[in-house]
Amino acid sequence: MPLRLATLAAVLMLAGSAYAADKIKVGFVSTLSGPGAGLGVDIRDGFNLALKQQGGKLGDLPAEIIIADDQQNPDVAKQIADKFLKKDKVDFMTGIVFSNIMLAAGPAVFENKTFYISANAGPSQYAGEQCNPYFFNVAWQNDNLHEAVGKYVQDKGFKNVVIVTPNYPGGKDAVAGFKRYYKGKVAEEIYTKLGQLDYAAELAQVRSYKPDALFFFLPGGMGINFVKQFVAAGLSRDTQLFAPGFSADEDVIKAVGAPMMGIFNSSHWAHDMDNAENKRFVAEFQKEYGRLPSLYASQGYDAALMMDAAVRDVKGKVEDKAALQKALEAKRFKSVRGDFKFNTNHYPVQNYYLRVVGKDAQGRITNKTMGTIFTNHADAYVGYCKMK
Amino acid sequence: MTQLILEQALNGLQFGLMLFLLAAGLTLVFGIMDCINLAHGSLYMVGAYFVAAAAQAADSFWIGLAVGVAGAAVLGLLLEVALFRRLYRRDHLSQVLATFALILIANEAVRAIWGPAAIMLNPPEALAGPVAFPLFGEEFFYPAYRLVIIAVGLAVATLLYLLVAKSRVGMWVRAGAANREMTEALGVNVRALFTAVFVFGAALCALAGGLLGPLLAVQVGMGESVLILAFVVIIIGGIGSIRGALVGSLIVGTVDTLGRALLPTLLRATLPADAAATLGSALASILIYLLMAGILFFKPQGLFPARA
Repeated sequence: MPLRLATLAAVLMLAGSAYAADKIKVGFVSTLSGPGAGLGVDIRDGFNLALKQQGGKLGDLPAEIIIADDQQNPDVAKQIADKFLKKDKVDFMTGIVFSNIMLAAGPAVFENKTFYISANAGPSQYAGEQCNPYFFNVAWQNDNLHEAVGKYVQDKGFKNVVIVTPNYPGGKDAVAGFKRYYKGKVAEEIYTKLGQLDYAAELAQVRSYKPDALFFFLPGGMGINFVKQFVAAGLSRDTQLFAPGFSADEDVIKAVGAPMMGIFNSSHWAHDMDNAENKRFVAEFQKEYGRLPSLYASQGYDAALMMDAAVRDVKGKVEDKAALQKALEAKRFKSVRGDFKFNTNHYPVQNYYLRVVGKDAQGRITNKTMGTIFTNHADAYVGYCKMK
Repeated sequence: MTQLILEQALNGLQFGLMLFLLAAGLTLVFGIMDCINLAHGSLYMVGAYFVAAAAQAADSFWIGLAVGVAGAAVLGLLLEVALFRRLYRRDHLSQVLATFALILIANEAVRAIWGPAAIMLNPPEALAGPVAFPLFGEEFFYPAYRLVIIAVGLAVATLLYLLVAKSRVGMWVRAGAANREMTEALGVNVRALFTAVFVFGAALCALAGGLLGPLLAVQVGMGESVLILAFVVIIIGGIGSIRGALVGSLIVGTVDTLGRALLPTLLRATLPADAAATLGSALASILIYLLMAGILFFKPQGLFPARA
């Protein structure tokens, strides 16, 4: 028994001894096919752009990015995560779009003590009781953008709201967030299948409630179809649409076009934000990919910057997990959204803005920032997080 | 309330008619040639991609639809001559294996050519809005594009009925479905008839795929889920019967739409919204299969068996 303990101690010491890696491996798993693909593609492109600007390096070390498609399927994502962790032995993971996939893949990543930098999915579970030292969200907690819309709808005095959202963890976070700040009447919460594309039955139901406002959270292809069908059903005459930034960003605007105009939405970032980092990001993204970046792209970009700064901070010694965690928490990079800091649950404390879709000076249909809804806003679950 | 019921009924009709376009081809191929074609859904997918590609190239949805449907018909012809002709006389297991392989090939080919992201088609500009008309003193709204789909579906159903029930070719088709050997013995060129039916089925698939493109999304794997429903339709309606396919499609379309719309609302009386939605949509999808089981219990051959 003493011998075994000694061996164990030796092994632990070996594992604990920090040495500088010769390269940084990042496992990037995201939704790159199907109707949700636009989101994953934007995160990937934003991430790659940041990497390119750093000369293909993260913290002055050559970076290797392994990209895989989860097909919006939790089981596929789990298999990919296993491969990343066991075979490729990645230093960081990132990329997952949907919260149900994040919750499926997360446990294996944390078990393996690999840092996951979420560039999108921010489930309430990982902000509260299941918070984890190895999970960071560089974007937001799921509820936040919905809270911002709820506040705005409440302030504007709307009285009869219908909520449409997919029936999955992210959708439930959306309803919880919206209702945390909207105190008026909710005529109905309509939960649809995740990935549903035909909303004829739901829209008929919406019409029967005669709402003055409709709040919908349908990312990717779901939102594209929903807005088109909403306008086609003639509902836009009496009902004002509100959405979190996810459902009213460049991917949806490009696909839907003019019917998007006048939709109010919330975001922690906008392409017209006035800071040097953002101007460079937006200009170079357009040059590289020929389209305006979405909030997803800004999140992917920030995720890469965050890894870069942390690796530089620990001088490449990514095996020293405690030091790396401190470096990540310190947040030494300049985000394209302006300044923010991490809360004790590794989720951002930041501002949230109101945007509206309209025509800009060049005649493009795009988002315009209208004002600030929340200043230095934290999520509602941080109190349940026992992490020190 | 009238608006809600009428709107849901039209939605059910629209969904049912699109199912009919798929089921019509499937039931003829299955009924007449005794060939299980699992790749029927792939023809629907490839047809939709053809329509999407042609519509984007021509910048006109209608030209795209015509070109796409013609393209799918040509593809159907090539498939029939190269592959299906060899499968008719084999057993069902070989047919299932071969056509399942076709599904995999079609999915990967589409992914290789058009990429993994879904194509979001837009309906023609003029049909993007709603149509309004007075009804019982209220104004009734319905999307113009869905009305057009219903009209096209009804027109194709009428055409098919006239073709199968009134024309000479239709008589051969019905005869072939009822008794293939006897029809051959009477001197009908069954091989050419088979080819024609298969090509026609492929064109109907592409028509459904193209029309549904702007309402759904043109994407890899879109054929598989709808194929299962199409099989349910032809089993309910009776294999080989066009009339059965029409009635079956309308039943399945209506039951599915109403189930999806009404069950969560009914369950909402006793359950919270998210639980009602989970249970409701699960029950709604079970409903179709319960219906199928019920119909098969009383009518094992389906509602309108072709081989009476």
